[in-house]
Amino acid sequence: MTSLAATGVFRASWLLLAFPAFGAAVLLIGGRFTDKWGHLLGVLMSLASFVYGLIAFFALLGKTGAGRSQDLHMFSWIPVNGFQANIGVLIDPLSISFVLLITGVGSLILIYAVAYMAHDPARRRFFAYLNLFITAMLLLVVSDNYLGLYVGWEGVGLASYLLIGFWQFKPTAAVAAKKAFIANRVGDVGLSLAIMLMFAEFGTFNFSGVFDNAKSGGTGITTALGLLLLLGACGKSAQVPLQSWLLDAMEGPTPVSALIHAATMVTAGVYLIVRSNPIFNDSPTAQLAVTVVGAVTLLFGAIIGCAKDDFKKALAGSTMSQIGYMTLAAGLGPAGYVFAIAHLLAHGFFKAGLFLGAGSVLHGMDDEVNMRRYGGLRKFLPVTFVTFGLGYLAIIGIPPFSGFFTKDGIIDAAWDKGGTSGYILATCAIIGAGVTAFYMTRVMLMTWFGTPRWQQEGVLGGAGANPPYTEPHIPHPHESPATMTVPLILLAVGSVVAGWFLIVDARFSNFLAPVVGVPPTMHGIWSTPGIIALVLAVLGIGLAWTMYGRVPVPFTAPRGSVLTRAARADLYGDAFNESVLMRPGQWLTRLSVFFDSRGVDGLVNGLAATIGGTSGRVRRIQNGFVRSYALSMVFGAVLLVALLLAVRL
Amino acid sequence: MSPAHYVFLAVILFVIGAVGVLVRRNAILIFMSVELMLNACNLAFVAFARMHGNLDGQVVAFFVMVVAAAEVVVGLAILMAIYRARKSASVDDASLLKY
Repeated sequence: MTSLAATGVFRASWLLLAFPAFGAAVLLIGGRFTDKWGHLLGVLMSLASFVYGLIAFFALLGKTGAGRSQDLHMFSWIPVNGFQANIGVLIDPLSISFVLLITGVGSLILIYAVAYMAHDPARRRFFAYLNLFITAMLLLVVSDNYLGLYVGWEGVGLASYLLIGFWQFKPTAAVAAKKAFIANRVGDVGLSLAIMLMFAEFGTFNFSGVFDNAKSGGTGITTALGLLLLLGACGKSAQVPLQSWLLDAMEGPTPVSALIHAATMVTAGVYLIVRSNPIFNDSPTAQLAVTVVGAVTLLFGAIIGCAKDDFKKALAGSTMSQIGYMTLAAGLGPAGYVFAIAHLLAHGFFKAGLFLGAGSVLHGMDDEVNMRRYGGLRKFLPVTFVTFGLGYLAIIGIPPFSGFFTKDGIIDAAWDKGGTSGYILATCAIIGAGVTAFYMTRVMLMTWFGTPRWQQEGVLGGAGANPPYTEPHIPHPHESPATMTVPLILLAVGSVVAGWFLIVDARFSNFLAPVVGVPPTMHGIWSTPGIIALVLAVLGIGLAWTMYGRVPVPFTAPRGSVLTRAARADLYGDAFNESVLMRPGQWLTRLSVFFDSRGVDGLVNGLAATIGGTSGRVRRIQNGFVRSYALSMVFGAVLLVALLLAVRL
Repeated sequence: MSPAHYVFLAVILFVIGAVGVLVRRNAILIFMSVELMLNACNLAFVAFARMHGNLDGQVVAFFVMVVAAAEVVVGLAILMAIYRARKSASVDDASLLKY
């Protein structure tokens, strides 16, 4: 679609970035002088961005045609002949959807974090990082070119690293932060190569310029670009094969898990693919790769989620799986883009709600994360229970909650793709729906129902406890304060109505159509694959109930089947990385070190030692005795004369 | 007595001088041997001048005498200094300048 130069209220769209950037700068530079009110400034800046986002959204609704894409040129970062790196803000239906999600859900999470982190001495630093994150994430989604997007992309990676390792006194958190950073780096290489390729081939980074060229550039180049962008998306969105970091990222404080590792940052990969839709539309190969990655990940994450006893890690597996759905949809072309984004927004609500609910439980349970030590909590945290329950109904796709509408759209789109690949993808998505229902029901039953196992066994605590608890103790679970429950309630409302609001009457589809195109076929609410998925979901609930509801949950985890043990070990993702990548890498470095020290250094040092040793022996000739010198002179002279004579004769 | 005989004599004297330099330890005697070698050279020069019928060799012989005189002056001065310092004129004792 074509963009217009920004006018009116859109001329102030730089404010979106300026507010949280200002907050982060003040909190980081101001240091402990801002400790008293730093968190309030952080919340305020995020809310200010949200308010501007709302204004821009309604202003955008008032426009038509090309007016719905407002491009504000901010400045030329690197103006060199032929190399124009501009920084600009693009407000269009796609980016404004993300802006509202990031600032809206982000603000709720920040408000929640005020209370959640109240007892943490480094709360100000926490809010500084969160503001930094919001700045970078907004830059990622509103930039009008790939270079600005890349800056935001790296910025969210940095914020993610800082926040996963926020409790850096815990070695596990520090290691998890490094792991996330390194795994993301692998993906970032793909994105940066894609940008270099764009510049080499098209001479521009701008979305409009790249997309115009992509249509005429030939399939080879778009396939290469698509696969490189997919690699970038895999890293950021924790898709197979770069999925291993997300589960460990749960070491961060729970608001971070909710904001960065569930609602926003991990969906950046989906944004990247949907934003680059002209590239993918042109390359069926790249689209197929995207769908395969999505389908594999949605089952991969769901299976991991089934076996985790760690509350947050079970939810993290679920996040991975839901993003797999979005990636799958994003690979289906115009039929799926709108559902990918709709599911992303709905997921932003219900997954943030679930994570914040988990945070509320952790708050009451002295940071214990092992669900086998939970049980029967619904009487103690009623508000959290209800909001969590609504999020649960939304994620497993029970009508009329939001997951039903958005996930149904994805399953239908995969089904419509037709052919062998379409049916395989749709089957994966439908099975995924059943597995989702199973693991989420398991989480529900282990946490909120059954006997209160913590009353007999106590809790150990984990997350933010410094120093960590070493002896089990009996916690006193209690409902969280209003600053935590109000965001929970708002997110629960979102998770109830978002899907219905977006999907019914094709509201969202019409809104996004200028950017991502129109789905070729539209479905009613009820479709055959959707009903199959619903039936499977009900079966999943029933199976989970027979395993975790009808019989008491054992306090120590049973050994479990082969699959259970594999899922507990993240389906051997870490083992795979270690044996295939890390060990050979270490061997290679050791070989290089050996070659360097023995080979290169050996040669040079050997030469030096030879020369040194030889000269040490040769200098013994200088013995200080005049007569021996004289003798050698005589010999020399005789030799010389003999040679002369030999030549003469 | 052809000039060739003088040349043979010069060779014999030179060899005696060279052997003296190599086998003697006393610096004075080495000096004397060196003088013997120089004068053997002078004899050879003069003999060759005679054989070729010009004066070049004789002129060089004078130069050698002058240079030998100067060399003896310097050499004996060094020798005196060494003897005063070390109470010895043996060249093997003065072997500090080595590796």
